[in-house]
Amino acid sequence: MALNEFTITQLRGQLERGETTSVALTQACLARIEATDERLNVFITVCAEEALAAAAVADQQLAAGSGGLLTGIPIAVKDIFNTIDVRTTCASKILDNYISPYDATTITKLREQGAVIVGKLNMDEFAMGSSNENSAAGAVRNPWNVEHVPGGSSGGSAAAVAAGQVVATLGTDTGGSVRQPASHCGVVGLKPTYGRVSRYGVVAFASSLDQVGPVAGNVEDCALLLGAVAGYDPADSTSVDCPVPDYLENLRAGVAGKKIGLPKEYFIDGLDGDVQKSVDAAIKVYKELGAEIVEVSLPHTEYAVACYYLLATAEASSNLARYDGVRFGKRQDDGNGLVNMYEQSRTAGFGAEVKRRIMLGTYALSSGYYDAYYIKAQKVRTLIRQDFLTVFEQVDMLLTPVAPTPAFKIGTMVDDPLKMYLSDIFTIPTNLAGTCAMSLPCGFSEEGLPIGLQLVGKPFAEAEMLQAAYAFEQATEWHKRVPEL
Amino acid sequence: MKISQTDVEKVARLSRLSLAPEDLETMRGQMDAVLGYVDKLNELDTEGIEPMAHAVPMANAFREDEVKPSIGVERALQNAPASGDECFTVPKVIE
Amino acid sequence: MNSRYEVVIGLEVHVQLTTKTKIFCGCSKDFGQSPNSQTCPVCLGLPGALPVLSRQVVDDAIKAGLATNCQIAPHSIFARKNYFYPDLPKGYQISQFELPICEHGWLDIETEDSGKKRLGITRIHMEEDAGKLTHNDGNSSSVDLNRACTPLLEVVSEPDMRSSDEAIAYLKQLHQIVVYLGICDGNLDEGSFRCDANVSIRPWGQEELGTRAELKNLNSFRFIKQAIEYEVERQIDVIDAGEQVVQETRLFDPDAGVSRSMRGKEEAHDYRYFPDPDLLPLEVSEQWVEEVRQKLPELPAIKKLRYQEQFGLPEYDAGVIVAERALAEYFEALVAKHDNPKICANWVMGEVLSALKDSDLTISECPVTPELLAGILFRISDNTISGKIAKTVFTEVWQSGKTADEVIEAKGLKQVTDTGAIEAIIDEIIAANPNQAAEYRGGKEKMMGYFVGQVMKASKGKANPGMANQLLKKKLAE
Ligand SMILES: [Mg+2]
Ligand SMILES: [Zn+2]
Repeated sequence: MALNEFTITQLRGQLERGETTSVALTQACLARIEATDERLNVFITVCAEEALAAAAVADQQLAAGSGGLLTGIPIAVKDIFNTIDVRTTCASKILDNYISPYDATTITKLREQGAVIVGKLNMDEFAMGSSNENSAAGAVRNPWNVEHVPGGSSGGSAAAVAAGQVVATLGTDTGGSVRQPASHCGVVGLKPTYGRVSRYGVVAFASSLDQVGPVAGNVEDCALLLGAVAGYDPADSTSVDCPVPDYLENLRAGVAGKKIGLPKEYFIDGLDGDVQKSVDAAIKVYKELGAEIVEVSLPHTEYAVACYYLLATAEASSNLARYDGVRFGKRQDDGNGLVNMYEQSRTAGFGAEVKRRIMLGTYALSSGYYDAYYIKAQKVRTLIRQDFLTVFEQVDMLLTPVAPTPAFKIGTMVDDPLKMYLSDIFTIPTNLAGTCAMSLPCGFSEEGLPIGLQLVGKPFAEAEMLQAAYAFEQATEWHKRVPEL
Repeated sequence: MKISQTDVEKVARLSRLSLAPEDLETMRGQMDAVLGYVDKLNELDTEGIEPMAHAVPMANAFREDEVKPSIGVERALQNAPASGDECFTVPKVIE
Repeated sequence: MNSRYEVVIGLEVHVQLTTKTKIFCGCSKDFGQSPNSQTCPVCLGLPGALPVLSRQVVDDAIKAGLATNCQIAPHSIFARKNYFYPDLPKGYQISQFELPICEHGWLDIETEDSGKKRLGITRIHMEEDAGKLTHNDGNSSSVDLNRACTPLLEVVSEPDMRSSDEAIAYLKQLHQIVVYLGICDGNLDEGSFRCDANVSIRPWGQEELGTRAELKNLNSFRFIKQAIEYEVERQIDVIDAGEQVVQETRLFDPDAGVSRSMRGKEEAHDYRYFPDPDLLPLEVSEQWVEEVRQKLPELPAIKKLRYQEQFGLPEYDAGVIVAERALAEYFEALVAKHDNPKICANWVMGEVLSALKDSDLTISECPVTPELLAGILFRISDNTISGKIAKTVFTEVWQSGKTADEVIEAKGLKQVTDTGAIEAIIDEIIAANPNQAAEYRGGKEKMMGYFVGQVMKASKGKANPGMANQLLKKKLAE
């Protein structure tokens, strides 16, 4: 049984009515992983025993009529979330043997809501990448076509849902890492407003940009999962203390009368024809649903990638200093002293892309370059955020493509980091601005690869954005297609 | 050329990474391409613009001075590559 | 003072705060626990852990700023100082760099050579401490992270000091202030108050600063003085030899009385400071500052003036008593009971301090409480005992914990004030010392001291000295 045949709400109904059990669902899920993962390489760690034990507890709760939003539902998380007593590798050799002594706040929340965590998902090492090829655990393959990448860095999170291995997953999005793979895998992925979801226990890539995001097979599940993990966390100074609405309550509110902006800078010549066609069709759907479509401008869009690659690498260079072979992780030591131990452990432990970004970030922060690179980028970030705030005075949300092309073939971009970076052009600006955005299926390429549509909401207006996404989903059939595996 | 091999070597030392001589030029070339690209930021006049360090403008997050239980020595050391006498052990640090 | 060179000293002091928890996590900063037992994901620098600032640390920083005449910044930020070292779990220290919480302060000091002088404080910022490294026999070092993430204030002075005496005066005053504020236990041995000194010399009249050396590991006022003086001599020798002073960090070895260079192994630092994205900016409102100001204790300089005015104490006495907050509190408790502040001050500075010193106790551990001491002083003022006997009584009270009255009673120390009894003693003494009596009568008035001494001796100290004196005069004149 593929778990993408049902929504979480449907499964919860079946569980409550006793038509199935969490143990049965979890077994189905483990079987599906077993059957498909050799081809897809989605999981880094499968926690079969722990999951079945959690499922048994969930069944008891269900029988007793208690439980939370996710009781008994099999979920998997990107291997960037700390999970107590389970390996947390971040797809890096340096954390290959790392057993976390604590749970991330979002993991605690999932457990509190009764979710059954079945395992840890593949990703780009330390969330650095857009193709999931930068993984010590090997590349993830796109369930729609195993020759293609699933996108990254949360490639495992998107592929697992697309392949029906689990019902929903958590990923993280620093520059598009939830939305771009969701788009490439034909599922729904959401990056909340910065501060909406706790970062505590999520291995940091770029702290001022990272945000945890849900990935699911449909908008409703995505909304439900967001509600389960969102909220203020006193352990994360950057989490925002504002109430979390019930995202399911008004999901059916529709888009009639809403103003949706099309930023002209996102509809460029280089856009793939199939992507253009699919997004155009989506715009038409929204018009038919009663939304008002207006063209708007985000004039600093073309600077976003440059700005991002300075800020994200600078923060990363510092965030990754703790991987020094002293307290955890793989140590390499030939007995030539402390500095050698550091250099060997880090050189052997980090992959090429991670090293490249540490180098770039260190350079951007180093004496003599700090103002020209780092401060300059921070100023440009202010301009980019202002673009969004200005536009949101005119429209309720924005509609754009997620990526310029559908998923590319594995191995075609690895030698050109800059070209790879540029493929994140449509997703990066929202991380810089801190606002929320999501990806949902809006079509397929001629080759049969999924294409995603991006909605960008006002800060903390996830509910409104989800309503628009839900309206589109109800009006279309794209989300119902599943890959043949 | 935005960055020289000497710069790359210096940055590698600061980052505690050692680059094989044959990888040095590849790294230099890739960094050079990115640095060349990010130069486009200089097209923008940012005079008087505040640098933005956080995605959401906020201030003042505190905790009270209340003791929370620690995780214990065993957990603290459970991932240590080398340890002894309840401490992490590292190659000798000479001052 | 050197005739050719002017000495320039700036000090960086790390003040460890007395909070219950660490600066960015809830771990206890209780010391003396087994290694790595006071740790959590945050202070271990585990992947994914995040810092949250302790409000108490901000309060303490504001206190320190106000007490050293600093401006409290309405907006300040935390920065990461990036470098690799095994005692630094995250590979960066969270500190403040641009925009620290306190700036532009000063302290007034006084030294014998240069008199009163105002010394500038550049800034005070908050930061986390590193862990502890122990060098093992053989080829390894051990890391204990209990101390990692402990809150520190770093107090950076202007290079305003011109001698080791000025440096020590500044340090002692700063030390006194932070202990008074109750934000630091002031323990130098245990590293609660640590000092680095930047020392340079320049020819008199030259405005430009000379190249400085940074002296580290100075954990007593005496060593700091020694280290500075050694460094000044060393730099003079270097220049006199026609060489140049190099900018470097030097480690002082108190046993050998010399410092040695730490240069060589360390490459040039590039700390790559940048604002910590995990911590929000700190906004301190005027109201917050006012609330802290209201809670400030009376500081020693002010207290000293008050003691001079309110109690009429000499400047010296007031200075000795306010030097330590607990001592001043002891004194005030004593004065509240006994209304002669000068006598109280004499006793506190005399018997109390020396007894504490002999028994190696602090004032808060003093077995003779202000109540007990007041009891002794009352018996002096009502002539029950002499000042001399009172010292015996003090020792008894110290040892037994009994009241003065109990001791006087039990030991029969009550002063003899019966004229007849004293006269009888005097008669005997005059009779036994005819030569001395003749000398006195012959005009050698100094002999009076001898006779008083004899009377006190014969009465075992219990004769009232005033009465003895008076009666002797009368008898010897007969
Ligand atoms: Mg410091
Ligand atoms: Zn801690």
